[in-house]
Amino acid sequence: MLTPESLAQIDRELAKYPADQRRSATMSALRIAQVEHRWLTNELIEFVAGYIGIAPVAAYEVATFYNMFDRKPVGRHKLTVCTNLPCALSGGADAGKYLQQKLGIGYGETTADGRFTLMEGECMGACGYAPVMLLNNHSMCSHMTPDAIDKKLAELE
Amino acid sequence: MLEIEIDGKKLTVPGGSTVMDAANSVGVHIPHFCYHKKLSIAANCRMCLVQVEKAPKPLPACATPVTDGMKVYTHSDMAVKAQKGVMEFLLINHPLDCPICDQGGECQLQDLAVGYGQSASRYEEEKRVVPNKNLGPLISTDMTRCIHCSRCVRFTEEIAGFQELGMPGRGEHTEVMSFIGKTVSSEISGNVIDLCPVGALTSKPFRYSARTWELSRRKSVSPHDGLGANLVVQVKDHRVKRVLPLENEAINECWLADRDRFSYEALNSEERLTRPLIKQGGVWQEADWQTALEYVANGLKDIVDAHGANSIAGVATEHATLEELYLLKQLFAGLGSQNVETRLRAADHGLKTVGATWLGQSIADLAASDAVLVIGSTLRKEQPLLAQRLRQAVKKGMKLSALNPHADDLLTTLAGQIVVRPDRMVEGVLSLIKAVAEAKNIAAVSQIDLAGVEVTDAARAIAASFDGKEKTAIVLGNIAQQNPRYAELHAAAAALAELTGATLGVLGTAANSVGAQLVGATGAGNVFAEPKKAYVLLNTEVEFDVADSLQALRAVQGAAMVVALSSFGSCALEHADVILPVSPFSETSGTFVNMEGKAQSFNGVVRPLGETRPAWKVFRVLGNLLGLAQFNFDSSEQVRDIALNGDVAARLSNALVTPLTIKPQAATGVVRLGEVPIYQADMLTRRAPALQATVDGAAAELKANGVTLARLGLTIGGKAVIRQGQGDAQLVVALDAGLADDVVRVPANHPLTRALGAFVGPVEVTQA
Amino acid sequence: MTVYVKGVVFEGVDFDDPNSWKLDAYVARGGYAALKKILQTGMTQDEIIAEMKASSLRGRGGAGFPTGLKWSFMPRNFPGQKYLVCNTDEGEPGTFKDLDIIVNNPHALIEGMIIGGFAMGITVGYNYIHGEVFEAYERFEAALEEARAAGFLGDNILGTDFCFQLHGHHGYGAYICGEETALLESLEGKKGQPRFKPPFPASFGLYGKPTTINNTETFASVPYIIREGGQKFLELGKPNNGGTKLFSISGHVNRPGNYEIPLGTPFSELLEMAGGMRGGKKLKAVIPGGSSAPVLPADIMMDCTMDYDSIAKAGSMLGSGAVIVMDETVCMVKALERLSYFYFEESCGQCTPCREGTGWLYRVVHRIEHGQGRPEDLDLLLSVGANIAGRTICALGDAAVMPVQGMLKHFRAEFEHHIEHKHCIVPGY
Repeated sequence: MLTPESLAQIDRELAKYPADQRRSATMSALRIAQVEHRWLTNELIEFVAGYIGIAPVAAYEVATFYNMFDRKPVGRHKLTVCTNLPCALSGGADAGKYLQQKLGIGYGETTADGRFTLMEGECMGACGYAPVMLLNNHSMCSHMTPDAIDKKLAELE
Repeated sequence: MLEIEIDGKKLTVPGGSTVMDAANSVGVHIPHFCYHKKLSIAANCRMCLVQVEKAPKPLPACATPVTDGMKVYTHSDMAVKAQKGVMEFLLINHPLDCPICDQGGECQLQDLAVGYGQSASRYEEEKRVVPNKNLGPLISTDMTRCIHCSRCVRFTEEIAGFQELGMPGRGEHTEVMSFIGKTVSSEISGNVIDLCPVGALTSKPFRYSARTWELSRRKSVSPHDGLGANLVVQVKDHRVKRVLPLENEAINECWLADRDRFSYEALNSEERLTRPLIKQGGVWQEADWQTALEYVANGLKDIVDAHGANSIAGVATEHATLEELYLLKQLFAGLGSQNVETRLRAADHGLKTVGATWLGQSIADLAASDAVLVIGSTLRKEQPLLAQRLRQAVKKGMKLSALNPHADDLLTTLAGQIVVRPDRMVEGVLSLIKAVAEAKNIAAVSQIDLAGVEVTDAARAIAASFDGKEKTAIVLGNIAQQNPRYAELHAAAAALAELTGATLGVLGTAANSVGAQLVGATGAGNVFAEPKKAYVLLNTEVEFDVADSLQALRAVQGAAMVVALSSFGSCALEHADVILPVSPFSETSGTFVNMEGKAQSFNGVVRPLGETRPAWKVFRVLGNLLGLAQFNFDSSEQVRDIALNGDVAARLSNALVTPLTIKPQAATGVVRLGEVPIYQADMLTRRAPALQATVDGAAAELKANGVTLARLGLTIGGKAVIRQGQGDAQLVVALDAGLADDVVRVPANHPLTRALGAFVGPVEVTQA
Repeated sequence: MTVYVKGVVFEGVDFDDPNSWKLDAYVARGGYAALKKILQTGMTQDEIIAEMKASSLRGRGGAGFPTGLKWSFMPRNFPGQKYLVCNTDEGEPGTFKDLDIIVNNPHALIEGMIIGGFAMGITVGYNYIHGEVFEAYERFEAALEEARAAGFLGDNILGTDFCFQLHGHHGYGAYICGEETALLESLEGKKGQPRFKPPFPASFGLYGKPTTINNTETFASVPYIIREGGQKFLELGKPNNGGTKLFSISGHVNRPGNYEIPLGTPFSELLEMAGGMRGGKKLKAVIPGGSSAPVLPADIMMDCTMDYDSIAKAGSMLGSGAVIVMDETVCMVKALERLSYFYFEESCGQCTPCREGTGWLYRVVHRIEHGQGRPEDLDLLLSVGANIAGRTICALGDAAVMPVQGMLKHFRAEFEHHIEHKHCIVPGY
């Protein structure tokens, strides 16, 4: 279910931990699987569990506890906006509203063309850069004023 | 020892105790939900918060270690306020649907809410609703009632050995569930029902059938495996409605295997017989007991007179009570016959031991061993609770190893594992003997020819796990006891035990395997090999209880008279001439002697159904009708006392009467590994619909490893025909990578395979 | 963003140079000199721990436990495996200092961890990094590679017998993993649910082995202390509040950012450094130590100095040093609603008071904010809060309650206005 490249990445993560503690790589392995498939199907979670050597429900616990895992389809670009208080004081909530209007979707929704999924996030530990938006669980976009949002979205196919 | 004070009571407790342990030791009850003495400490429910002197905050009694001089207050203002606060939180999202909840009346939340709850809720927001889950045919769910104590999750992971249940999600969205699309398939899964402190997990077969306060509780003993789990049988209107564990730390602890718990469904089966039946002109006629018994007595007498005492045989299973087997034995002895046999699944009757074969020690002692080797056992399915107990022992440092014709996962860590062909189990033990001998620099072992025996790394690993250990054991399971070379296997295991200083044990295959030996209901050998003129079958289904069922069926079909003492119709109706409806264990008093040699007597928990009679009473009357001496018993206790004949312990021994010479043998060709599936083991489990609906109750498959499948031209999911002797069967093919090459694993005593012969033997397998 | 430096963690970092984080640049500004000093002058474990104690460095993650003392708890001669763990799971609203440390000066952290490993006889370490700052995780991994290649990390460090393996481990979206035992559970590949203590990580930590856990900033302060001496570090701050500290300033200031300044600096000076109030508005309130710390009104805050003792005396906590500044336009009900939602969303769900109570708190505040509050709701909030606080496995329960208590202590009238008039006194953020 995963490419040799993804499996090699998982193996690199596994190598960080003692041989009898493969479970430690569960979160990385699920992340690597999600990066390849964009979201985690139950089959993918079960595959990862098997690869690591843990009970499927144990991997499912991890996939459902950490909120950067997606267990339903998401668009090509997942945008997560922090609306927590420190960000909100500097326009975080407004950035979220602006994105909703611009994309015509609410939080947790995907645009009809499958291009964007918008999520409301919790503190990303980057309050000084507010408003912040996390792109595809990976790149932190800082100072997301409406202009900056327009510019960023234009870059994303 | 630490000196502490709880609610003003002074006490001393061992170091390492928790406040909860200390409170329990002096009978102080601290309310709790998540705490369970057999599970790891979670400290998540917070119900057991107590005040500890000098601690600024209330502390959970279950997780707080006792320190010297500690003063604990379980009912102080601080403690009660904390407990009431927790209770309020537990109730805000609980549906409070007690009137329609099966747990009502036996619910810890309900009970504690009476003491710690308030009459009205301050929570005016919408309550949480949680979707129910499909956990299979045994466990019913009402997940909105769940209070997230995680006992069930910890049970599957820690006791059952595999985390089948989890708590996916976060915060108040956390839900107990199995992995999507999977049911709970552990053979001891039903314990989560007992563990659940609320009505989130309840018994599916019991659902909505009675309220707890309507049920009478009666003690009994499980009639299934050799452990002899203690039961509380719950009864309403003379019907068994539910079975729960009776805690006995020495035997079943606080657990039951699923078959102990759910086989009761068979007791209320439509197939139960309620009146004696006599076949006349090929048609079954109801008869009164007197007529039927006279018919039987006269028939047996006539056949013995005409053909001699060797022309009749008495057949029972090791699930029959001690009293029943004793009287069956006496009845036949009175007729001059020694043909009484209960070891129906044995292929080799050649073993002669000094006493009745047994565990060689108590169950608790076995669990306290430093190293244990299991030979020939699918332990989780044969002895589910013993497997559980050894699993816990491994966590405490026991080295557990297995020598088997398969590599089934014991859901624990093995120190070593040897997988052999089923017809080379003996050679497997020889390799271990050689490994031990080499390690100890012993040149030769008497009676054993080790020439040409190969010592593998696995054998060395197992030998090493025994090395230097004080208390070790070697136990023989069903697969070993049903092996065609059992005598040799037992002798080899005994030699290995002697060499290592281990205690040799035999795991009783059924509830009364030891008792059957004590009363001499073994030793006749295969009574179907040379067909008899008459058979008396006590709760025996020859198609499903005998190793070579085809041979047995033919013998029975050819007999002049077949008397079936049976609780159920079905099979008996086809080939018997007389059917005497006798009580299952729940409707008679009796005794089972478990694998550790402990005789456990029990009373009937309900009155016999219809005109059903306890079998021991039927034999008593038959004895009287036949004019036999010493058949005047007033009670089953009298029968038991004579049957046990004093000191049981003195009559238990796994030692061989005469030494046996063992030589390694070669084996080639495709061989069958036949085993009885867990829920085909006895006539009750076979008739328990919920057990039959589980994963373990699923249809039989033919399994082999990849190499063998390829060699035989079989594809996974395809069909294969297996031929053995004169019979054949068609089965779906599945992969079992843990088997040795050329081994096909095919269930025995199963409706799909009853045309096949011996459990272990050469077979022909082709694509269907 | 602004990073103002008058301290040790960012000493010499050139924030305009994209290569300033790299090993060469770090070494050029005196990096790894502390490690060399230890390994080449034969500094002993006891001497290192003595320096740490002398520095009076207190854990920078929020709890403020003296680091030298914590290090001395680790059984140095324990024969089995032990672990060193860095907590970079920075997700307390308002806190963003660790992100800047890893991005701009990762080798200070790495060097600090290597020294910690040496001092406590630990050979394996992990750094658990907040999942949302994934690029910081990648930066850390890159820095580790550099350190390994240069012989500062791995086997036989600098040609000695000392070996230390260090790995990055990322989170993936769970605030609770900032709690050290939840972090350990998460590092073991499980749900990040805090463990009941005792046992503490020092005896039963990662994989059940003795483990020392420190915050990113704490570790990153270590090289300076070893290089310059604990006394010098102490003198940067004030007694019992040794050294400098990073303050993350967010909210209504002109220059949000990280400010590394001596402990004991007056808040008014810090506010000035941050460019003062945005748009010249009036300061209304400050949450001085991350979202879990009780809010303080402007007048009380303006009298505080930025150190553990002063803020505690004022009725709040210095915590992780996250200073959330709010001006007169902020509706405290709305502010509390957002914070309460956060704790409700981030409660791990393990123990009853937090799982059930955080949702209850949020829903009541939500009702008040949306004009459906009842006069009795304020006492209900305090009562529910009292049933959570001090009754949970970890401090998240307390963290969820403190904002409620703080808001109702200082701004109760605003809540009452909301309930009575069904709308805000002020326009809201």
